[in-house]
Amino acid sequence: MTVAVALAYLVAAVLFILGLIQLSSPKSARRGNQIAAVGMVIALLATIPLLHFTVAGMAITIIGLLIGVPIGAIGARRVKMTAIPQMVALFNGVGGGAAAVVAVSELLLQGSHPPFAVAFPSVFSIVIGSVSFAGSMVAFAKLQALLTGTPITYPGQQIVNGALALAIVALAVYLIAVASTPIIFVPLLILGLVLGVAFVLPIGGADMPVVISMLNAFTGLAVAASGFVLGNFALIVAGTLVGASGTLLTKLMSDAMGRSLANVLFGAFGTVTAGPAGVAGVEGRSVRSGSPEDIATLLAYSRKVIIVPGYGLAVAQGQHAVRELADELEKRGVEVEYAIHPVAGRMPGHMNVLLAEANVPYEQLKEMDQINDEFKSADVALVVGANDVVNPAARSSPGSPIYGMPILNADEAKNIVFMKRSMRPGFAGIDNELLYDPKTVMLFGDAKDSLMKLVAAVKAA
Amino acid sequence: MSENLLNEFTIFVLAIFIGFEVISKVPTILHTPLMSGTNAIHGIILVGAILIAATARDPLQIVLGLVAVILATINVVGGFVVTDRMLEMFKGRQTPTQKEKTPAPPQKEKTPG
Repeated sequence: MTVAVALAYLVAAVLFILGLIQLSSPKSARRGNQIAAVGMVIALLATIPLLHFTVAGMAITIIGLLIGVPIGAIGARRVKMTAIPQMVALFNGVGGGAAAVVAVSELLLQGSHPPFAVAFPSVFSIVIGSVSFAGSMVAFAKLQALLTGTPITYPGQQIVNGALALAIVALAVYLIAVASTPIIFVPLLILGLVLGVAFVLPIGGADMPVVISMLNAFTGLAVAASGFVLGNFALIVAGTLVGASGTLLTKLMSDAMGRSLANVLFGAFGTVTAGPAGVAGVEGRSVRSGSPEDIATLLAYSRKVIIVPGYGLAVAQGQHAVRELADELEKRGVEVEYAIHPVAGRMPGHMNVLLAEANVPYEQLKEMDQINDEFKSADVALVVGANDVVNPAARSSPGSPIYGMPILNADEAKNIVFMKRSMRPGFAGIDNELLYDPKTVMLFGDAKDSLMKLVAAVKAA
Repeated sequence: MSENLLNEFTIFVLAIFIGFEVISKVPTILHTPLMSGTNAIHGIILVGAILIAATARDPLQIVLGLVAVILATINVVGGFVVTDRMLEMFKGRQTPTQKEKTPAPPQKEKTPG
């Protein structure tokens, strides 16, 4: 590596770090991403002097770029805002796959007895990279509803997963200590893929953001390992930065849901039976449902309305309709605010992004800590397509899977309006006591349709 | 342990600490953009993909090199663009007290690659 290349890599590494720092603050986040992109371009350009192209090598590099750039760019541009989490999963998965392929390719060059300093990181990169690839694809399938969002479990699952992990360790040890041949590292790659699938299947769809964040950290580590294999500083620094920050971020995300990471990853085993305890008491109780006109009147003559958006709003693409409703209410002098739960939707910040798209003023979006005391003074809490984030079971019922999760105090408002498609429980699969509260009125239907009806009815009121 | 490997290991350990340090305080709304931004950064694997693709000779190497370059390119380009799209949503809607050039039209970002 020449001095010039090494210095350029150093510049790229500094830009990555600066980019990450700026990404951590709302004011500078966008610039941070752009700074990191500049670092990436510098790292790629600096690599050119290291390349000794064969004719075929030149051809596949150019063809690969020509195929990859439009797929990445168009995929990222076209994806709907609601589908962004699974898109991130997809982009993460292909990165993990690339890291594994790079390690396989290098092992092929190294003959049957590579030095430990190559063999060890290669094995690491192959296993972690393929777990990340396959796991991300399952996460994608769950979020895209190609697979059910509920945990997929079967008897003996932990034993199967344990056996898979053991087989991987055995192959890895053999490769490092005895001989490195395709007969060993191809099965290693395949077992890594199988483990990735087996690992993510039992995790519920609502926990996918945390899983994607963890697989993101995995890919970072696989990339760093590939950096050791190739002796490339840029890969080591960038991959390790992502591995470390991604690990911390994963912890922050599970903290925001009021759960431990272990509970997210392995919670499906054994705890699924805990649910019915909270449900038993509410069987057969009736709920009150209202017409759009009734509810419009209630809203129009309120002093203060707090809107609690959830995933149902995103699915129905009702963000513009909800803003229209808020505008109509404000015209009549009603104070309107939005209460944003940290895990409302399918990714942290989902609701902020969604409502920002509809030009909802940023100041009206209140985080949970800011708004929770205000529900007491609100006339109506209008819950649009949310459920688990206002479920009082999180406070009161220790048997519930969401027990301990911080929730929005919608139950403290004078009236609660629930806009839901049906009585079906939310993503966590548990019943919500609040639906049966005498203060609660249900408005059944698609969130967007219901909101449009409310807008029309408020105009007429 | 060779000197080169020792250097690499030093960098690795220091980078772990920096990685932990830089994002210790992140507001919840930035969790997803940050995840997506770090996702783009590990697209640096494109450097490794091109390094192995460049010297490809036999058919197996050619296939592996091509697959690696395609996958890594999708990671890096898609990663940065989708992160920018998320953050674009926040831009200009924040309280005008910030001295950011508020009315600036959303500029088209460059896609590296």
